[in-house]
Amino acid sequence: MTDSFFVHLVPILIGTLGAATPLVFAGLGELVAEKTGVINLGVEGMMLIGAIAAFAAAVGTEGNLAVGLIAGAIAGAAAALPFGILTLSLGANQAASGLALTIFGLGLSAFIGQSFVSYSLSGVKPIAIPLLSKIPVLGPVFFNQDIVVYLSFVTFGLVAWTLAKTRLGLILRAVGESPEAAHAIGYPVTAIRYGAVVFGGAMAGIAGAYLSVVYTPLWVQNMTAGRGWIAVALVVFATWKPARLMLGAYLFGGVTILQLHAQGFGVAIPSQLLSALPYIATIVVLVLISRDRKLLQLNLPASLGKPFIAGG
Amino acid sequence: MALLEPRANPSRVMQWAAPLIAIVLMLLVGAVLFASLHVSPLKAFYVFFIEPLETSNGWSELVLKASPLILIAEGLALGFRARIYNIGAEGQLLMGAICASGVAIYSHGSEAGWVLPAMVIAGAIGGAIWGAIPAWLKTHFNAEETLTTLMLTYIATLFLSWLVSVPWRDPDGSNFPQSIMFGDSALFTLLFDGLRINTSVFITIAAVLIFWVFVSRSYTAFQIAVGGQAPAAARYAGFSSRKTVWLSLVISGLTAGIAGAGEVAGPVGQLTLSMSPGYGYAAIIVAWVGRLHPLGIVLSGFLMAMIYIGGDAGQVSLQLPSAITGLFQGMLLFFLLGADAFVNYRLKRRKPRAHLESHTAAAPKAAPEAAT
Repeated sequence: MTDSFFVHLVPILIGTLGAATPLVFAGLGELVAEKTGVINLGVEGMMLIGAIAAFAAAVGTEGNLAVGLIAGAIAGAAAALPFGILTLSLGANQAASGLALTIFGLGLSAFIGQSFVSYSLSGVKPIAIPLLSKIPVLGPVFFNQDIVVYLSFVTFGLVAWTLAKTRLGLILRAVGESPEAAHAIGYPVTAIRYGAVVFGGAMAGIAGAYLSVVYTPLWVQNMTAGRGWIAVALVVFATWKPARLMLGAYLFGGVTILQLHAQGFGVAIPSQLLSALPYIATIVVLVLISRDRKLLQLNLPASLGKPFIAGG
Repeated sequence: MALLEPRANPSRVMQWAAPLIAIVLMLLVGAVLFASLHVSPLKAFYVFFIEPLETSNGWSELVLKASPLILIAEGLALGFRARIYNIGAEGQLLMGAICASGVAIYSHGSEAGWVLPAMVIAGAIGGAIWGAIPAWLKTHFNAEETLTTLMLTYIATLFLSWLVSVPWRDPDGSNFPQSIMFGDSALFTLLFDGLRINTSVFITIAAVLIFWVFVSRSYTAFQIAVGGQAPAAARYAGFSSRKTVWLSLVISGLTAGIAGAGEVAGPVGQLTLSMSPGYGYAAIIVAWVGRLHPLGIVLSGFLMAMIYIGGDAGQVSLQLPSAITGLFQGMLLFFLLGADAFVNYRLKRRKPRAHLESHTAAAPKAAPEAAT
């Protein structure tokens, strides 16, 4: 365990955080929606719509990151609305509606993106946080990142704190556990679910924006490459707990970066097999968590996936 | 402030009107979209939906595209009836194409009559295995099939990419990621000279008939449907949900695999990276628009094939972006799901409840909260 070990390790860890950040945003958004009982399989589509909106906005403002992120968030939230109308107001099947959103998002983003394929952005420079970034290993990994990564830390803190410690969090959870009871007490179940779904959309939009404006930074058709679906799987892996979601996201970021480094080092494994690792890992992780039915049952929001239309 | 109230019984009229409403809405939004792209909507609709059908080649292409869509959707519908959401038919199609291509590549040069049937069987097995994996993961480990089938699609795509770029790459193919062109013994016979439509359509016709008989006559299909609509009732009756999961996923994988074999042994004629224009995903929409009914799926399969052909035609003669096809597909499913709400619900009438008292006999629908 010498310096040369860290010389290789630190770039991998730095890359891990970058690769994990879209999963963190999209996963936290989906987690909040699922906490209120709504499973939205349209994350992939919302991410793509967010990615192209952010990219277009950033190109139009000579690479303005803030404008890109806001555009991504608004576009993602707007994309979540038709899903909300279908599932919350019209009582449509959530799985089918989410799938429709993903197919639509794929089509819409490709449609808009066709005029943006030749552009590229310069990306975003990391910001070193004074003192903290000087800590060996941890410093450069956690405190010398781009601003969106820091924003993901803050978002995690806010979501975890809101769900666990605030009245709003209690209401969100109550709606997910028993919409009938929450409705009887007088909470506007449908409105609360709309809020959670739109929040999920905005988060997915920011995740997409990070990919197209910071991470790649290009527009490529279908550039999310399944990250939206992995985010949905991560919520299950996390058993609906924000801290475990972060852990899962970093685990997946690590797998993604490791396979990239392995390809770079010329490891004698076909690059396609290495590229398949995150998807294989998703299946493995799902199996490990899902086989423990009690654990799942204990944490699963009781009304997840079930439509609720107030009778009164 | 709910706008809807449940109907006493699902509306049979709405059940079949919903797809038509969805198509009309899709065309309306499409017209706005065309206008915004400075293309006259009437001209665009003519180019999309009428011009391609003015030639025999257009009809041949229509059937050629509808056939795999219908075949896959028939298999998917069986699972959807049981609420088993296999959304990875695309991956099952690719695995079917891969296995069929393996037979064609390793028997290349053989004129034997068994090559083509062996390809179809290999395709069916490949697709069925790719469907069986999520079935096993679901029955043994309780893993969601929506996520596992989709992950397996990404894995199948990467596997295909490796095959056509390394072991199966055509040495004379100037480095394109594609296999050799298959010989005549590995291709379906063309039905008419000069048209691409081939004998694989008979497989689809047979599949439609089999599913039609199966769904309307067989006890197993009844068990599957009950398992989906009333799991508790199915358990009481002793219907196995495991059996439902296995049947749904293996059969839908099998039909998707055969469709994949039909593509490489048909219009594509080789294994390529871009051999499927997303038929596996589009077939999900076809199944829903066709009301999960074996004959309804035939109609919706032709509709979806028209969207594909129209998208190609619009690209060639109106310079419209090719992504418009995906946009229409997504809109169609969105509008269908919205219209479907009115199968089980109706708009709430804005009258005080007391005034309704005298009408309750005529409308025996009792609102749930009336009991309190």
